[in-house]
Amino acid sequence: MTALRIPGVRRPGRLLAEAAALLTAAVVAFPLYWMVLSAFKPAGEVQSTEPRPWTLSPSLDSFRRVFEQQDFGRYFLNSLLVATTVVLASAVVAFLAATAVTRFRFRFRTTILVMFLVAQMVPVEALTIPLFFLMRDAGLLNTLGSLVLPHLAFSLPFAIWMLRGFVRAVPEALEEQARIDGASHARFLWTILFPLVLPGLVATSVFSFISTWNDFLFAKSFLISDTSQSTLPMALLVFFKPDENDWGGIMAGSTVMTIPVLVFFVLVQRRLVSGLGGAVKD
Amino acid sequence: MTLTAPAPPPSASAGKTPGRRPRSRTGENRTGTSAWTPWLYLLPALAVLGALLVYPVYQLGLISFLEYTQAQVSGGEPTSFQGLGNYTALFTDPQFRQVLLATVVFAAACVAGTLAVGCALAVLLTRVRALPRLALMLAALGAWATPAVTGSTVWVFLFDADFGPVNKLLGLGDFSWTYGRYSAFALVLLEVVWCSFPFVMVTVYAGIRAVPAEVLEAAALDGASPWRIWRSVTAPLLRPILAVVTIQSVIWDFKVFTQIYVMTGGGGIAGQNLVLNVYAYQQAFASSQYSLGAAIGVVMLLILLAVTLVYLRILRRQGEEL
Repeated sequence: MTALRIPGVRRPGRLLAEAAALLTAAVVAFPLYWMVLSAFKPAGEVQSTEPRPWTLSPSLDSFRRVFEQQDFGRYFLNSLLVATTVVLASAVVAFLAATAVTRFRFRFRTTILVMFLVAQMVPVEALTIPLFFLMRDAGLLNTLGSLVLPHLAFSLPFAIWMLRGFVRAVPEALEEQARIDGASHARFLWTILFPLVLPGLVATSVFSFISTWNDFLFAKSFLISDTSQSTLPMALLVFFKPDENDWGGIMAGSTVMTIPVLVFFVLVQRRLVSGLGGAVKD
Repeated sequence: MTLTAPAPPPSASAGKTPGRRPRSRTGENRTGTSAWTPWLYLLPALAVLGALLVYPVYQLGLISFLEYTQAQVSGGEPTSFQGLGNYTALFTDPQFRQVLLATVVFAAACVAGTLAVGCALAVLLTRVRALPRLALMLAALGAWATPAVTGSTVWVFLFDADFGPVNKLLGLGDFSWTYGRYSAFALVLLEVVWCSFPFVMVTVYAGIRAVPAEVLEAAALDGASPWRIWRSVTAPLLRPILAVVTIQSVIWDFKVFTQIYVMTGGGGIAGQNLVLNVYAYQQAFASSQYSLGAAIGVVMLLILLAVTLVYLRILRRQGEEL
């Protein structure tokens, strides 16, 4: 990672830019800092009319309340299960589809690509109505499957769209070489192409993971009576009550919900940055 | 890469420069694959999308032409065909027109804000040394990673009239941000920009880094100002990337649901902060007007479809290949 050096930008300018960057970083990170801070504040300090940006007596009360009052641990596992299933399934399916549309020329190729683009436009929330009837007819209401399937469908078009760049970046000569060495196309696909595209898969899976992890509309609509199948966002909203929000509980729950995504992001951070560049660059 | 096979057959994509991206395969047997291989690879994706996207969209369209309320769902009354009745009802409803206008203005403001902040910070990232860059990058990734629900709750708390630090800092007393229509929209706008600018920033930054340094140096040697370099050199080279982030922002911001729903409590006081997505949901699931909700969904779909077509035309005109 070398900095792009633009001649003519002298030191004072750079220092100013660096100060601006650090200030922006602080502003951008502040909501997250406040969330974690409020989660650890004792109840009296959270609901105080004199909010202070520190606490001298951190406590785990809010977390305890969240995990006791609600079956939070279970919802956490449910959310994790749904998100992991969607990420793994969409990675494999999107990889195959992206390979088809980038490394083959066939009739209707462009049509299919446009379809993938258009599919991203579909307002998910509007489809809740027909999907509800579909899940009811398939007997999937009140199961985690009713969350996995729609999210798989909604994350696929974007994943395929993003992955094209990564698949295209693998030189065709490699494929030629594998064929000359006698490898079948399936073998080339899984033992050569798949590992090479893996960084891209990781970058795109961030999006599938987030959209699935965030969802509360489907959970709210499809998991009507069986609360043991509930997921995190729904559990979080229980703490929202008109005019008497338990802010400590909300912030603790939010922290618990945000941390897995943060960990995931930090792990894939490098690949995400290079990945996005690769995906949007031709 | 050398051209080892005859030029690829002309595909349906118009405006493509012939031979710009040579392909060594035409799908024949010499590569160990048959003409059916791509379809085999596409099969799982098409099956999932067909069952869970295309079919529901078809049903959505169907329901929007029917009278479909709680009575029809429980089977108490037969469904009846309404023709364009639901759409007529929508467009003569002043609230719908108001929500439509609010959605377009709000989405446009979100897109403009996100792009401006994202691009400005991407440029800033190229001007600083590794440490500030890492700090800004990590902060942005944190905002990006925050789930929409938790981001919304945290921002509402930050701007809370009684316990929030922002009012204290700005000396606003117990000013309620969610009470007024415009201040509530402004609050949601801030949250949306906060959680969506990182995608733009990271993508544009990756794009700027891919611009060859010699080009920029040559421009600087010719005496171009930084602004001139951006406008005449960097921006044109970045245009495909800017097109991608713009369209993604339009798609995401036009469909904002969670932020409005959580931050304004389901659409604000007397529905003053409703956007189309939330309005459709409220019509369908709160009022059991499934057919009206479906009709709103169809209107949204058509608007976004129009945006997509414009986007595709721009890409084609620039000679981009899909």
